[in-house]
Amino acid sequence: MFKSIVGRILSMVLVLWVIITVTFVLMHAIPGGPFTAEKALPEAVMKNIEARYRLNDPLPKQYVDYWANLLKGDLGPSFKYESRTVNEIIAEGFPVSAELGLIAVSFSVLIGIPAGMAGALYQNRWPDHLVMLLATVGISVPSFILATVLIYIFALWLQLLPAAMWGSPEYVILPALALAGMPTAFIARLTRSSMLEVLAQDYIRTARAKGIAPFKILWLHALKNALLPVVTYLGPMIAAIFTGSFVIESIFAIPGLGRHFVTSIYNRDYTVILGITVFYSALLVVMNFLVDLAYLWLDPRIKMDGEDQH
Amino acid sequence: MSRSRSVTALVVILLLLLASLAASGCGSKSGPKYLRFSVGAEPETLDPRKSTGIPESTVQAQLFEGLTTLDATNKPLPAMAERWEISPDGLRYKFFLRPGVKWSNGDPVTAYDFEYAWKTTLSPEFGAKYAYQLFYVKNGEAYNKGLTTADQVGVKALDDRTLEVVLEKPTAYFLSLTSFHTLYPVPRRIVEANPKWAAEPKTLIGNGPFKITNWVHNSRIELVKNDQYWDAAKVKMPKLDFILTESGSTEIAMFDNNQIDMGDNAPPAEYPRLKKEGRLQISPYLGTYFFSFNVEKAPLDNVKVRQALSLAIDRQSIITNVVKGEQRVALAWVPPGLADATPNSDFRSVGGDYFKDGNIETAKKLLAEAGYPDGKGLPAIELIYNTHDVHKAIAEALQEMWRKNLGVDVRLANQEWKVFINTRSKGAYQIARHGWIGDYADPMTFLDMFETGSGNNDSQYKNPRYDTLIRLAKSTVNPEIRMKAMHEAERLLMDDAVLAPLYFYTRVTLVKPNVKGYQRSVLGHVYFKEAYVE
Amino acid sequence: MDFTPLKPTADMMQKQTRPHLGFRQDAWLRLKKNRAALGGLSIILFISILAVFGPLLSPYSYSDQTLANANQPPSTAHWFGTDNLGRDLATRVCYGARISLSIGVVASLINLGIGVIYGGISGYFGGRIDSVMMRIVDILYGIPLLLYVILLMVVLKPGLLNVFIALGLVYWLRMARIVRAQVLGLKELEFVLAARVLGASPQRLIFGHLLPNSLGPIIVTLTLSIPEAIFIEAFLSFIGLGVSAPMASWGVLASEGVVTLRSYPFQLLWPAVAISLTMLGFNFLGDGLRDALDPRMRR
Repeated sequence: MFKSIVGRILSMVLVLWVIITVTFVLMHAIPGGPFTAEKALPEAVMKNIEARYRLNDPLPKQYVDYWANLLKGDLGPSFKYESRTVNEIIAEGFPVSAELGLIAVSFSVLIGIPAGMAGALYQNRWPDHLVMLLATVGISVPSFILATVLIYIFALWLQLLPAAMWGSPEYVILPALALAGMPTAFIARLTRSSMLEVLAQDYIRTARAKGIAPFKILWLHALKNALLPVVTYLGPMIAAIFTGSFVIESIFAIPGLGRHFVTSIYNRDYTVILGITVFYSALLVVMNFLVDLAYLWLDPRIKMDGEDQH
Repeated sequence: MSRSRSVTALVVILLLLLASLAASGCGSKSGPKYLRFSVGAEPETLDPRKSTGIPESTVQAQLFEGLTTLDATNKPLPAMAERWEISPDGLRYKFFLRPGVKWSNGDPVTAYDFEYAWKTTLSPEFGAKYAYQLFYVKNGEAYNKGLTTADQVGVKALDDRTLEVVLEKPTAYFLSLTSFHTLYPVPRRIVEANPKWAAEPKTLIGNGPFKITNWVHNSRIELVKNDQYWDAAKVKMPKLDFILTESGSTEIAMFDNNQIDMGDNAPPAEYPRLKKEGRLQISPYLGTYFFSFNVEKAPLDNVKVRQALSLAIDRQSIITNVVKGEQRVALAWVPPGLADATPNSDFRSVGGDYFKDGNIETAKKLLAEAGYPDGKGLPAIELIYNTHDVHKAIAEALQEMWRKNLGVDVRLANQEWKVFINTRSKGAYQIARHGWIGDYADPMTFLDMFETGSGNNDSQYKNPRYDTLIRLAKSTVNPEIRMKAMHEAERLLMDDAVLAPLYFYTRVTLVKPNVKGYQRSVLGHVYFKEAYVE
Repeated sequence: MDFTPLKPTADMMQKQTRPHLGFRQDAWLRLKKNRAALGGLSIILFISILAVFGPLLSPYSYSDQTLANANQPPSTAHWFGTDNLGRDLATRVCYGARISLSIGVVASLINLGIGVIYGGISGYFGGRIDSVMMRIVDILYGIPLLLYVILLMVVLKPGLLNVFIALGLVYWLRMARIVRAQVLGLKELEFVLAARVLGASPQRLIFGHLLPNSLGPIIVTLTLSIPEAIFIEAFLSFIGLGVSAPMASWGVLASEGVVTLRSYPFQLLWPAVAISLTMLGFNFLGDGLRDALDPRMRR
């Protein structure tokens, strides 16, 4: 077990290295740089700026320098936001995105899983039809449309909630709902379908035949197994949602990390692109690791890499 | 039994959610007695020496003040400088600072602060993007290129209250430039002690009507009245909130939800409704929206094709139906609002229009003369625009007009912003969407971009006669000679149909009727010095 | 392994307990009996017919503008109203169906063709193979999509093909992970073990046993992937990668409708209804297909 965990961690570091390298190459390959502007800068001015940010160094040197700083935990200065560092940008934006993300994920899980269970339990009866209808609409409506409709209803029409900005709890409700909509619908459908799969398995049939109450079967036996695909989905989804949704944070003017992720690419703010990619990818590989660990708990029969199979 | 329990639990959770939703509604709907202004995206920096964008300079215009300031008609007025002397050759300026002007921390504002600000902006190590706004100053460019030292630069504090400036060439609009943010002073003592002074509200010391108290990145910047300001008696507003959002839909939602009182970026679809409600202000804005023809790419290397395309556009219809901001039809290049040679005359009125809007007859004739009667034989032309719903709608409207009116097949391609800028400035296009906003209040800010080899000459226009005229206008302060040369240059540009002007910009502002006293400059800035909320 | 597989004999593989019905025939029979699935199929057929023939019946083309008639609400002349340039929305929605439906189909093919197989192999073989394959998935997840997309836009001319390429690069990762998780769990079950003992090849195990038993999550993931792909196309076309204006997909029409929601809500309504209807159709059909194909449901 210990050996396999060490191996996994090494492979995660390798993954990060590849991601950083490919991102580095890609971002320098696309046209335009951080100081490309509508009003062209005179050549001399451009040269001074590039010298100041060491952008005139050959790319391999920039790459090596980046790694040297990264290993010290320094993600560098932003090219776009004068005198702000990438570390500061992440430190300011991540807590906001994570708070919003945590609420949205909790909502999706707490509503999605029970709704899916209800659907499976009442298969082809009205609760099932209701849940599935809502879920189908839910997955066809992306967050930006849901957000706009929610703002329209709750902020502009009923005047109950603020239309945007961040602060006290009432600011969280609309963006959290908008963010949670599609994942909730998906989790509900996923839970229902894998629950039905599990319910059809022999061991559940046996339990049923023994006369154990259906809900008890669902809760004790079926749920754990049925959660496999849900947990699989949650891993990368948590990494993505905790580092912020660009769409939701822009629509609601929320000072999170998601707004930086996409705009840094539009701005060609190289250090911010890399910094957030590193941060997100680290979170992602850790989440996927946890997901794999969760498999072992959810279904003890599953064996992981490192432990030989046959 | 247990089944219904789980269903009940679900219902309870949903009810709780709804209840918390209803309970958290925000109370009163009447706005506060201070102004909440949606200024645009997060500022790159608030250091006036380094910033380049409109949101930045709008915030800075409240925090700082230059030697001069512009009135509503772009005339320079005394600000930090109470008066000035200009040498007869127009090369030497002496500015006398107002007595008792102070920074917001109580320190005196001195001529040395100006000298320090300008010289650091120009220094090569500082790497300021707008360093070129100071190339008018003698040896400014040479210093920025590292060819000479700071003490050779033509700006010098003679004492605490006297600043002497020597220019490279006579520059007629220099007093208008001194109101620009790149030429603001910075508090030398503070800046030398802390190079990151502008990042923190505590150390961001200014000399304007307001001072900063809080900055939540990507969210809001809060300002309060600066009691140390020399003209503080005129400042009525206790507090100013700048809201930071790059989304127009967010802005309009916040406006309708009474979270902001004023904003500059609402989507055009909402203009008619807001106008009906009396909550829309339209003011002139020094800029021209146009389509740039690449004069080196066939078939646009044929002047008649370019003229035909420009003439076949129904500009008024695009303004009325698509952009909706009461923009003025542009039948020339330089927008209105700039002084001509004689007092109270306008460069645009003097120059007049160069052609007729939607002149389809002539357009067809020209296209036939070019060898493409009814567009026959003309290969498809590609028009590029950068991603934005308004640019897209305009491009689609043009495409349809050219197809209907001339039988010309135009293909549209949108590009991500920096890719677009790159394609356009390399000249790797046929027709490109473009917009130009003036940097200072003189026609030259529009005309010198078409000089041969200019970094902004995306049309790849090369005309020695044009270059001569621009050089002539730049070499003198004599208004008659300058204006005559610039009118002639503009005529060349129009006759050669280097571009198809569409409209002269306006600033469309969402504003509640109880917001009063703010001042708009045609350069896009807004001054809240004397503003108040009723 | 402490047992050796028996050599399979022809007799063992052929033993039948009921009259033989081909897998496909059997599934089709059951699909026909499922009313919801048939309903779903008819919705999709109906929308496809509209996509193909709708524009032919309309007196307008998708690009005909009457600027003076912009933003008109639905009327007898324009059933769905007009857009910001006075174009007929009904015609534009029909044209949009062509793009968005083909995006949906291609997204499904990518998910099934790459995602399911990739995940199936990774899960079945496990160990080092699984480890390497999943780390590759992590890498593709980690690199910002927008960077690939901008690069593609520069390299290729605008058009639908680029959208397919962009989707093909990354649009199967979630499916691969979900299938792999299913297979990891299933392959330890008795019936798989039994099949292995009988000497079934990995292909037969994966395609004949493991994947059919993972159909539920596969189809659910697929039905999420379709609307997502439709909106990713809108985003890609925003960057400059999709079909060029004035042609517009449902995703693009919906994105434009969102901006004008306050003043002209019908401009969002139609594309949104079209997408939701299609999804409803796909979902009914998907559930029906699952029931029809699920080996355990064979009676």
